[in-house]
Amino acid sequence: MPEARMNCLADLRGRQERARVAFYGPKVRLSVGVGTCGLANGAGDVLEALRDEVARRGLDFTVRATACVGLCEMEPLVDVLAPGLPRVFYHKVDPARARDLVAGLAKGLHHGDWALMRADQDKLLVDLPRSLTGSLNGLAAVPTFEEIPFYRHQMKVALRNCGFIDPLDVEEYLATGGYSALAKAMESMPPEQIIETIERSGLRGRGGGGFPTGKKWRACREAHGEPKYVLCNGDEGDPGAFMDRSIMEGNPHAVLEGMAIAAYAIGASYGYIYVRREYPLAVDHLRRAILQAEQAGLLGINILGRGFDFTVRISRGAGAFVCGESTALMASIEGQAGEPRAKHIHTSEKGVFGRPTTLNNVETWANVPVIINQGADWFAAIGTKASKGTKVFSVVGKARTTGLVEVPMGMTLREIVFDIAGGVAGGRQFKAVQTGGPSGGCLGEDQLDLPVDFDALTAAGSMMGSGGLIVMDDRTCMVEVARYFTNFLRRESCGKCTACREGVLRMYELLEKITAGQGTTADVDLLEEVSRYVADNSICGLGKSAPNPTLSTLKHFRGEYLAHVTEHRCPAGVCKALTKFTILTASCKACGKCSKACPTEAISGGAKKVPALIDQAKCVRCGSCREVCPFDAVGTE
Amino acid sequence: MAPTNLQTQAPVDLAAADAVIDSYQADKSWLVMILQDIQEAYNYLPQPVLEHVAVRLALTPSHVYRVATFYASFSLTRRGRHLILICDGTACHLRGAENLQEELTRRLGVAPGQTTADGLFTLETVACLGACALAPVMMIDGTYFGKLTSEKIVAALERFAAKEAPDA
Repeated sequence: MPEARMNCLADLRGRQERARVAFYGPKVRLSVGVGTCGLANGAGDVLEALRDEVARRGLDFTVRATACVGLCEMEPLVDVLAPGLPRVFYHKVDPARARDLVAGLAKGLHHGDWALMRADQDKLLVDLPRSLTGSLNGLAAVPTFEEIPFYRHQMKVALRNCGFIDPLDVEEYLATGGYSALAKAMESMPPEQIIETIERSGLRGRGGGGFPTGKKWRACREAHGEPKYVLCNGDEGDPGAFMDRSIMEGNPHAVLEGMAIAAYAIGASYGYIYVRREYPLAVDHLRRAILQAEQAGLLGINILGRGFDFTVRISRGAGAFVCGESTALMASIEGQAGEPRAKHIHTSEKGVFGRPTTLNNVETWANVPVIINQGADWFAAIGTKASKGTKVFSVVGKARTTGLVEVPMGMTLREIVFDIAGGVAGGRQFKAVQTGGPSGGCLGEDQLDLPVDFDALTAAGSMMGSGGLIVMDDRTCMVEVARYFTNFLRRESCGKCTACREGVLRMYELLEKITAGQGTTADVDLLEEVSRYVADNSICGLGKSAPNPTLSTLKHFRGEYLAHVTEHRCPAGVCKALTKFTILTASCKACGKCSKACPTEAISGGAKKVPALIDQAKCVRCGSCREVCPFDAVGTE
Repeated sequence: MAPTNLQTQAPVDLAAADAVIDSYQADKSWLVMILQDIQEAYNYLPQPVLEHVAVRLALTPSHVYRVATFYASFSLTRRGRHLILICDGTACHLRGAENLQEELTRRLGVAPGQTTADGLFTLETVACLGACALAPVMMIDGTYFGKLTSEKIVAALERFAAKEAPDA
């Protein structure tokens, strides 16, 4: 059934139209998000139940597997596109509900009472807008996509199509206008004009650095040497970040299309996508997307009959955080140990295999087709003066609604944390938000009005980073957070330069000492001094930014450090050596939840109206009892 | 338990390694990928295989060894039949990943990086599995376990151990 290879632009337009008719066509289309989060929440069983029920009833429905729409907490999510009706999303669907859903749809009925939201228009959810309004048939009470707080303030550009199309079928990407930008670029834009468009759009690197993308492309186009390479950095190593995984899993063709446009503009003939091994699903989806694009004539030799060749291959990372750094990444692609080198020579002149290379991050690539389609002015109208467009964040940690959000640049951190993510989980007190991964910093309550903007976040001692946004509450110890990040960086330091290899280790030892309750004020001062030394003397970005978590917490939460060293107290009740959990008998309702949660059976009582009691000899200070107590009856000393 | 000594093992069949190397046209720039595929085939990277890779790719053994020891996912010793990855990413860490790792260590009797005496499980911590919204998370042989609790750990371990029962 697969269609033949396309040999000209007319072939592409005809195929897009046929795909579009099938997508929005007369059949009911059911889809389940089976990205990593969905699968972890049982979406696989839901997909199977839908398929089985449709087959059992002999219905002519289409059942599709899509990826993540960002609302990870509400998975499994089922998306229903029925002719003449808005698109309807159901959340927390289980196999039984999935079967009931099919039973209802067989009679043309939705379960409006179960639905999470509806979309009356596929505006920017997919590449081509489409109005879906028709009859509301019992769905009037279901809130629209734009009315849900989680989505109201969002704007999907890089995440368009993610969770709305089947990433394993190029036809679904084509149906929503996929590869139009590549066609437009090859048909009507000289390479110079493509680069000028990207420059004027103000697009900056989404991997964290924020370097102007168009400028990179221009330097590579002007560099001498053949062949030229286009690379995609999918080594999303920042713990707490999964934006790029979602795009690679949910809309791999957007990345390929962006890379192909750049290759055409720069004059590159080869591309590599470097993906970390922890993302097996992303690797699989990209691999299949490349194969389908090659068969369709959208990648490989003589693309769309225009005489342009561009071949893309995947290189899997093998578990080294430093490989997210550009020179280390290229060393890894070449078959070397992933050690960075000093950047006296620019990647655009001598990159991978010593040839001119352009390296951009997954999210940056996903933005490119939209900019080509909508124009530089459209993109530049979104965002702030120097940070244009949108940014994707993974909002995790102690946030009430965790998930993936895409917002226009310039939105404040407060709006993201409180308006979109609903504030802190469990009604606890907000303490800090951490951006920029292990290289970023922690920002407190007084800095929540900072806008999402490359330069503003850097000025505040944090950084945009790749987009991890980790919410911390009053039960998060900021010293322990610094220890955590420093431990991570200590392990990931490649060991090449002394400042990073030894300095980060010393920082870690000091932080260990402080969190173990053995630190002094002199240790805090020494920690600060070593941190500054490491920042000033390391070769690559990993070492230079490694002190950020420590320095930013020292700056904004110094009092917490001092509580550890002068009062021998961990205010958040996290550091085990400084914490003793006790049951506040007056508040204890003897519900028994704490003794059930205790991994070492250290809690007795807690049932039949007898208040619980913690055996301090058995207690491992894990805090599970405090987490589960509904009455705030577990205190710390 | 102590890792098994690779020196005392029987001679290794190199056919699987050759198949992997051939699939990359013996191109040395694919070394990192080749070693990953070989590890998948052999469970770990046996020394004779590493030496063979060096010969086939016209690389020095020291280069191959350097790459094999640089990346965290490579193992030069045999690993358990099931690989448990407990995530210690930031989101998981804030939601108690360390306590869950300790729980796994208590249940299995091994620290991260070690293999149980029966050869069933290898426990490893990873920086981030990318399922942060479901923190804390662990993965056993590619299957995710989200919003992890002590109870879920016990159930998961029992499930995988049951698969190994003699009549299964």
